[in-house]
Amino acid sequence: MSNATDVLIIGAGGAGSSAALHLAQRGARVILLERGLIGGQATGVNFGGVRQQGRDPAELPIARRSREIWARLPAILGTDCEFEVTGHLKLARNESEEAELIAYLDVARNHGIALRLIGRNALHEDYPWLGPTVVAGSYCAEDGAANPRLLAPALARAARRAGAEIHERCEVTGFAHDGAGFAVAADGLRFTAPVLLNTAGFWGGGVAAAFGETVPVSPLSPNMLVTEPVRWFIEPNLGVVGGNVYLRQIRRGNVIFGGGHGENDPSVPCSRPLPDVGAAAMRRALELIPALAGVQVIRSWSGIDGQMPDGLPVIGPSRTTQGLIHAFAFSGHGFMLGPAIGAILAELVLDGKTDVPLEPFRIDRFAGGDSSVVRAEPQQQHS
Amino acid sequence: MTVAIVGSGPAGTRAAEVLVRAGLRPVVIDEAPDNGGRIYQRQPPGFQRAGKQLYGFEAGKAAALHACFDDLRERIDYRPRTLVWNIRPDGLNTYGDGRYGEVAFDQVILCTGAMDRVVPLPGWTLPGVTTLGGAQIALKGQGCAIGKRVVFVGSGPLIYLVAWQYARAGVAVTVLDTSGFTAKARQLAGLLRGGGTFMKGLHYIAWLRLHGVRIFEGATPVAIEGGEEVAGISFRDASGRARRLLCDAVGMGWGLKPETQLADLAGVPFDYDAGQQLWLPRRDAAGRSPVAHVFLAGDGARIAGADVAELAGTRAALAVLETLGIPTEASVLARLDAAIARHAAFRRALDNAFPYPAALAAAVPDETILCRCEAITAGELRRAARETAMPPAPEVNRAKAFTRIGMGRCQGRVCGPAGAEILAAALGCTVADVGRLRGQPPVKPVPILAERAVA
Repeated sequence: MSNATDVLIIGAGGAGSSAALHLAQRGARVILLERGLIGGQATGVNFGGVRQQGRDPAELPIARRSREIWARLPAILGTDCEFEVTGHLKLARNESEEAELIAYLDVARNHGIALRLIGRNALHEDYPWLGPTVVAGSYCAEDGAANPRLLAPALARAARRAGAEIHERCEVTGFAHDGAGFAVAADGLRFTAPVLLNTAGFWGGGVAAAFGETVPVSPLSPNMLVTEPVRWFIEPNLGVVGGNVYLRQIRRGNVIFGGGHGENDPSVPCSRPLPDVGAAAMRRALELIPALAGVQVIRSWSGIDGQMPDGLPVIGPSRTTQGLIHAFAFSGHGFMLGPAIGAILAELVLDGKTDVPLEPFRIDRFAGGDSSVVRAEPQQQHS
Repeated sequence: MTVAIVGSGPAGTRAAEVLVRAGLRPVVIDEAPDNGGRIYQRQPPGFQRAGKQLYGFEAGKAAALHACFDDLRERIDYRPRTLVWNIRPDGLNTYGDGRYGEVAFDQVILCTGAMDRVVPLPGWTLPGVTTLGGAQIALKGQGCAIGKRVVFVGSGPLIYLVAWQYARAGVAVTVLDTSGFTAKARQLAGLLRGGGTFMKGLHYIAWLRLHGVRIFEGATPVAIEGGEEVAGISFRDASGRARRLLCDAVGMGWGLKPETQLADLAGVPFDYDAGQQLWLPRRDAAGRSPVAHVFLAGDGARIAGADVAELAGTRAALAVLETLGIPTEASVLARLDAAIARHAAFRRALDNAFPYPAALAAAVPDETILCRCEAITAGELRRAARETAMPPAPEVNRAKAFTRIGMGRCQGRVCGPAGAEILAAALGCTVADVGRLRGQPPVKPVPILAERAVA
């Protein structure tokens, strides 16, 4: 049995589901294949930050575009995915961290993002629950947070309503390209299309390798925790310079926080948080908010994302195979970008171009042993 | 060489006994302040009630288990009041007395015991509603009753034992047994294999009837009623007639379910057990799980009662010795295996005589809170199941992701079984098809602390 279509998409996370939606809305015939359940890995298990502040400048054009879509989710998807504009407050715990906050102000301004630097006294006045180690903050009013478990399924549902065909629990077992198009074997079925989108997260590295493009992608597992519900008092989504802890409180009262990385085995796949890493996150959370002492942690979790050495995803056309387009390895901060990634991929497929600069995300940027593009210590924050 | 035992109830105590006799010094960890488990929970210091009063017919067994443990105390590394909240391939993460700790092990025997299995009846979150086990612990531990006029609703042998204990303590008691007379009569042959255990059950029922306690068999509870607290319960009797009882407390429970979270986190695979209508960790007759170094015993592995738990604890410890190359006597093993197998037939009959009321669980009204921790209704779960054309929540973990059911403090230990029935009914599939909730550490809540002191 063969299923011919215009565009085949592998991986139903935020990128793949969003691509299916945008392509289907523009009239393309789309089949989306997902090995597990929609949004089961990186898109579904992350912190849920919808944040522009602190991103690598290369990502800001995508983040701007995505933020605009986030605001329209109810109209597009029929749900807001619990997106709330809480503001994002990035904190400095010493002078050098404060200098980083200051340096970023210009970066943000150049991309039309308004940040407000808050000095020590004003900060502790506005947020009296912050601990004494916090010396400064940078506030982005239009950032916020959403429920990560809802985004990819909601995108996929909307995609299906727009005509996309979606197969869950359908693992791809073979690829071929005959010069004119792709043939993909999955779950006993055969799918063919002239265009193939690789939105398979960490496993996108394997898909790319099948077409002769090896990338230095490694599995990345956020180490997430959540507390019992307590009185709601933390309005903004909180981050720190360096990203070794991040924290937010939902209105139901639960405090969601993370930092560091869990362990994983992508071949199963399975992942789980680590007790020592969780303990370090607890210490750092307490430093930021001493009032959390004694609050009970009720659950912890992880998942698998793909991490690139420079902390930037791979986005753009294959360098080896006509019709193959990549968007994977979002390195711990793809959740917020997902809605725009689909729009960009749809433009690449249907228009052959996009206005968003994708040069920094070229798949071959690490080819040829050129390590000069490796940036400083990648930020740890997971979306 | 460290062997760790989690739990010091009937299974854990007997496991420790075997290991100590073989010259080992196991680490024994228990959340409770003393050994005995829930069934033979010891009374707090200062309480002086007679064993007969606390444990009834089982006073002798309780005394023996306590004496056995008292004799072991100096020869084990005993950690009471300590929660094991996570398990790693080579160690346990603990929390107790305000401190986090770690216990490295070479082998571990999980004797984690059981908890009540409930159906979320309308009104079950009212003050005054507790579980059967909770009602019994209140009486056994603190000498308190949950109310003056108490209705016990549910099924299983425990309901008659608790009703008997409450009635003897002077509480006005009524029993609503959701299992009908015929279900029990059909299992008579199997039940008779329980011998003394079955006779004791009959004794409780006969005593209750003799003392004028009303017992409605084949009852269907409709709702627990009341404004601020429990005021009554409405139900249909076996003939379908609507009835209402006034009461100030309700104890509910439909048998027990094993506390399997640590086995889950240890990576032990689970299989659906149609007899107990539960997912159970895989293990062989000796208690060896497919995960090397992890052994399971007692009601934490499969509900079989305290007598079997003692045998299973002994057997699992012997299996550990076998693994360690320490000689064991084949005749002892054979006797144990035969005894455990004998009990299995009785247990099957019990499971059939007192089935989990799957239909009642599946029919929980839409507006009833299913997940207490997160305040999610049954209707919200049903909506998640049939929201759109997409197979939206084909299994419990995605239903959890969408609705938050099972995401709270108890991680679905309370609402999980009923939630699975509701989801299966809404999807038109079997409860085995919807899978089981994956466990996530911590298995019970642990606090955010600045210092991670290692005990």
